[in-house]
Amino acid sequence: MELTEKMVANSATKLSAEEILEGKVLSVKWEPKLKYAWDNGPAIGRYLAELKNGKIIGKKCDKCHRIMIPPRMFCELCWVPTGEWVYVKDTGIVNTWIIGHVDWKAKRLDIKGGVRPITLSIIEIDGASKGMGILHHLGEVDPWKIHRGMKVKAVWKPPEERTGSITDIKYFKPIK
Amino acid sequence: MSKRVAIVGIGTTGFRATTPDVSYRELTYEAATKAYLEAGIEPKDVDAFVATSEDFLEGYSIADEYCPDQLGAVLKPIYSITGDVIHSLASAYMMILSGIGNIMVVQGLSKASNMLTLSDMVTFAMDPIYNRPLKESPHAVAGMEMARYMYETGTTREQIAKVVVKNKRNALTNDLAAHGVLIDLDYVLNSEVVSYPLTQMDISPHSDGAVVMVLAEEETAKALSKKPIWIRGIGWCSDTPGLETRNWGEAIYAQMAADMAYKMAGIRYPRKEINFAEINDEFSYKELQHLEAMRICKKGEAGPLTEIGGTEIGGEFPVNPSGGCLGVGNLFELNGGHTVLEVVRQLRGETGKNQLKNVTTGLAQSWRGVPTTTGTVAILSN
Repeated sequence: MELTEKMVANSATKLSAEEILEGKVLSVKWEPKLKYAWDNGPAIGRYLAELKNGKIIGKKCDKCHRIMIPPRMFCELCWVPTGEWVYVKDTGIVNTWIIGHVDWKAKRLDIKGGVRPITLSIIEIDGASKGMGILHHLGEVDPWKIHRGMKVKAVWKPPEERTGSITDIKYFKPIK
Repeated sequence: MSKRVAIVGIGTTGFRATTPDVSYRELTYEAATKAYLEAGIEPKDVDAFVATSEDFLEGYSIADEYCPDQLGAVLKPIYSITGDVIHSLASAYMMILSGIGNIMVVQGLSKASNMLTLSDMVTFAMDPIYNRPLKESPHAVAGMEMARYMYETGTTREQIAKVVVKNKRNALTNDLAAHGVLIDLDYVLNSEVVSYPLTQMDISPHSDGAVVMVLAEEETAKALSKKPIWIRGIGWCSDTPGLETRNWGEAIYAQMAADMAYKMAGIRYPRKEINFAEINDEFSYKELQHLEAMRICKKGEAGPLTEIGGTEIGGEFPVNPSGGCLGVGNLFELNGGHTVLEVVRQLRGETGKNQLKNVTTGLAQSWRGVPTTTGTVAILSN
């Protein structure tokens, strides 16, 4: 039955997957073009520039004395401009983590077939205040041996491959 | 008589075509700091915050979540309105009237320069079934409305061009404006056609900036400010979205929003009881169409009034002494924030060379731009 006949014949129209795939069901497709170029500003700008140098930089609040990463030009809690720039270490400890069996597009990974699960972690960075850290992948580690408080260190891309991005750090790996 | 609410502090970064030196965070932080300083408050004194954000314009899904930090609103009551800043102002105003708190903050931001595919984003606002397959430029909507408005009212191309000349000139002496320039009628009339009768000079260029304002209930307002600016009326309205069914000649949404605000303010004769207006002129003809919709002029009279200089800074009813969108820049969801800012500055006597004399009541109006039919109005008095 043609689609129009179906719609006239029945108040509730049942459509099959085949009808949709064969283009018998009316549809409109639209792919939005959404492109942005966000201005980083001085805080994020310097943070990214320092990542390119292989360093992690934070900013200190002179009121609450927190050393904050990523750096910001004002303390969101004290409501004052932040003070000096402070380099922090590229080591830290695991706060929380996952052993991901699906990727960011919700596609299931073939773990049994040997694909490594995604091990994403919040890393509290040494030298930064409590609650300050970096979201990044863990590598060179058996996913099932990751534990809370595990000490880790950044594994950087070679300088010539760095672009001023959080991915200038390839991942964090366990250290003694 | 219900409670009275005033604007007791307002801060802005001013408006520039691009702001590559700062992120949206620093932009808002600057405006917020100035507003709080003026009101003599700290973020801890604020009962609730209302931000304004449009996800596709910010480039973030659920952009609301990125609003608290730069307002000092972390772990405080805050939500965002997806609309115009005057919608947010209405929300904060209602929260005070309903007793949720005495001090409210309203925020608006434009980082328009960060949108690289602006035309596509506006097209994305069109109906996907009926309109988008035709692949029309967003300016087609403005062009068609302009043509119908001119036909219904007898408004001439020259009268509309005069709006551009006036607003761009007003912006020259407004320190906050980005697009001031001295041009003549011929320059506007001979600019490149975009969607006839709409030409390049009829379209507002965009700007970046932020506005933050502090609202307070009457007693608090009097304690905090020597020059409180009272919100006397506020209104908002949306027409049907259909391009095929809307009224193309008249801005009914602006008329209904204004009527709502006039009723609240007890205004019967807007032209007599209001001294000046900052209204949406995102496209030149919109200034005239909005003036007529809001009964400041009769239908077909806004053009002639503009032609004889009646809407100039020294005119009988000044319109957009700041320079409007044409002179300051199109600020998208912040447009209403800008009109309120300029009405407040005029009522406090803080606009320098563009200052109007003896003004006590002003009207701030906004429109959500193409392809919308949503308007907002606020009536303010000193």
